[in-house]
Amino acid sequence: MGYKHYIVTCGGTACQSNRGVELFDALKAAVKAHGLEDEVQVVASGCLGFCAQGPIVKVLPQDTFYVNVKPEDAEEIIAEHIVKGRTVNRLLYDKEQSKINVKVKDIDFYQKQFRIVLRNCGIINPESIDEYIARDGYKGLERALFEMTPEQIVEEVLKSGLRGRGGAGFPTGMKWKFAAMQPAGQKYMVCNADEGDPGAYMDRSTLEGDPHSILEAMTIAGKAIGASKGFIYIRAEYPLAIERLQTAIKQSHEYGLLGEDILGSGFSFDIELRFGAGAFVCGEETALLASIEGRRGMPSPRPPFPAVKGLWQRPTVINNVETLANIPVILTKGADWFRQIGTADSPGTKVFALTGKVNNSGLIEVPMGTTLREIVFDIGGGILGGKKFKAVQTGGPSGGMIPAEFLDTPIDFGSLAKIGSIMGSGGMIVMSEDDCIVNIAKFYLDFTCDESCGKCAPCRIGGRKLQQYLDKICSGRGTDEDIEKLREISDAMTKASLCGLGQTCSNPIKSSLRYFMEEYQEHIHEHKCRAGKCQKLLTYSIDPDKCKGCTLCARLCPVKAISGEVKKPHMIDASKCIKCGQCFSGCKFNAITRS
Amino acid sequence: MAKMTLADLKKLRESKQQAMSERDPSNKDTQVIVGMGTCGIAAGAKDTFNAILDELEKNNITTVLLRQTGCMGACASEPTVEVIAPDMPVVIYGKVNGDVGRQIVREHIIGKKLIDNHIVDRPALDIMK
Ligand SMILES: Cc1cc2nc3c(=O)[nH]c(=O)nc-3n(C[C@H](O)[C@H](O)[C@H](O)COP(=O)(O)O)c2cc1C
Repeated sequence: MGYKHYIVTCGGTACQSNRGVELFDALKAAVKAHGLEDEVQVVASGCLGFCAQGPIVKVLPQDTFYVNVKPEDAEEIIAEHIVKGRTVNRLLYDKEQSKINVKVKDIDFYQKQFRIVLRNCGIINPESIDEYIARDGYKGLERALFEMTPEQIVEEVLKSGLRGRGGAGFPTGMKWKFAAMQPAGQKYMVCNADEGDPGAYMDRSTLEGDPHSILEAMTIAGKAIGASKGFIYIRAEYPLAIERLQTAIKQSHEYGLLGEDILGSGFSFDIELRFGAGAFVCGEETALLASIEGRRGMPSPRPPFPAVKGLWQRPTVINNVETLANIPVILTKGADWFRQIGTADSPGTKVFALTGKVNNSGLIEVPMGTTLREIVFDIGGGILGGKKFKAVQTGGPSGGMIPAEFLDTPIDFGSLAKIGSIMGSGGMIVMSEDDCIVNIAKFYLDFTCDESCGKCAPCRIGGRKLQQYLDKICSGRGTDEDIEKLREISDAMTKASLCGLGQTCSNPIKSSLRYFMEEYQEHIHEHKCRAGKCQKLLTYSIDPDKCKGCTLCARLCPVKAISGEVKKPHMIDASKCIKCGQCFSGCKFNAITRS
Repeated sequence: MAKMTLADLKKLRESKQQAMSERDPSNKDTQVIVGMGTCGIAAGAKDTFNAILDELEKNNITTVLLRQTGCMGACASEPTVEVIAPDMPVVIYGKVNGDVGRQIVREHIIGKKLIDNHIVDRPALDIMK
């Protein structure tokens, strides 16, 4: 027989350091004192999030959520909640504190996350169309096919205020409207599943966890714009997502949810997959279309926009995976429901791939308007190893670095643009004091330079020049003029590049110059990298008192810069040293210092 | 299945909804759901799945339905496993390697006890409910 109650205490690092262990023991002792050992099990959990409010205690099965619980509260929880069945109100999480402006009726909610896009991920079997259908799957399509005209579908999406989640935030309803307005004839619906940002995997997880939601959305879009054919452009590096999509497409055909005369409505629509070879620029819409047509994936000038002249010169709508995953919900729950979530500027939610120096890395979905602090510290559980927060990079290689002073900015498309970053596709990389800002700016630039297609000169040449100046600064040979050059070239690239890649690839540089100028200055004037990440600025030396003369470092050194006799202190020849750090990480006696 | 009409789809949804809400899908009273997205699989979810299957067989348990799902988002805690058992709260366990998977069978399913240090929170309420 099971227990009557389960008391779960948070065993995350933050809570542990906040007397969490004592609390766990106190709860156990209180259970024993009341003679309830057969009725109540006290268990420690992994991190439950919400670390700022910790320690957290949950009582199951009622799912009562207590915050800021001290060991002294243990007795009251047992005596009141368990014995008398009365909630300890003073320890409850105050819902009013939650800044998330979800006013959705009947949702009693303490979680910071709110899942529309990921509604089925982690719940249904992605290979079962029946489970998708059971959770209101294809209900949006039902409405679109049998209750709505194409104009009404477009109108509903317009009214929802949904903006494209692929990066630029263009209103989805407008895009559909432009394509719908084009004279009837062959039109296309394309799903952009190229997902090239380093560190981003929102779209992959959505496709792997809930493939039918994308098929349903594309079919709805097909009816709205008058397209009978859809393509999903997905990178070949996503084999599991591809497999599940293929399974889903097959199932939909068998059920008559794709193909001729869907559900007897007279509307026909079909979807094919197209594989990308992992070039970042192929995520850009005009390059993507070229790639689908079998040409080399290079961007072309807009206008004409794809909605007017896209695939094979026909009107084409391109939407991102996450954008599309919202569509079935907007049609089933309505635009008004959707608009209640998020901000006026950006209704709905955003999925982020939270990575970097954060405790609970993972895929999260929050209402727009959630602050960076809530994401990094409550959901993310704070910085790894208790280190100091330095910055968050949003928008990947096209985005900017956001310093601590903006942690309380509610994030949406507008607010991020204001502080020099972009929403981008949803990569969110957290940096700590162990990260060097200049080095990270260089990392992103190296990426975009590699991925530049070379078609236009500003991007092809400008990127290389930026790289050279950053290289110079990172190796301690930079000057103040180099900073000016960085600014000048960045501005020119933004103005003159053909596509978003060149236009935005200097954003990491621009934003870091704006907020972290002193780190650039240190590299230039003091030849110092405070995070110890710019290898060429480091010097290594051996502490003669600690060195045992074991000769390990001399053997590890690839350029024979270390000399010394056995059992006697060794020396590093600075003129030969290439600063690879192998001696430093190899030494068993901590005798090598790095500065 | 033959191609459906609108009425067929509605009927199918209703019957599946009923089946899913029943505590006893196909005579199994317990469900164990393993997260099998790329992240889960990379963290060893296939080993976990097989270990749970093996432990169930060893203990002659036939009332458990072992299922898979996509990524729940708790990448730092992969592999993740959700357990829905009678008379027990629904819990999600994180960092479930093969050994913890076996522990889930022995302690949670047979012993009706929750397992220390592995419970993680459901990330958000289910808007489809
Ligand atoms: C260099 C570059 C790469 C891009 N990569 C992607 C991508 O991987 N996935 C994506 O959805 N959009 C990407 N975009 C944005 C697309 O061009 C396009 O705006 C988007 O797919 C439109 O969909 P949405 O309106 O639903 O956001 C990229 C843009 C640029 C300039």
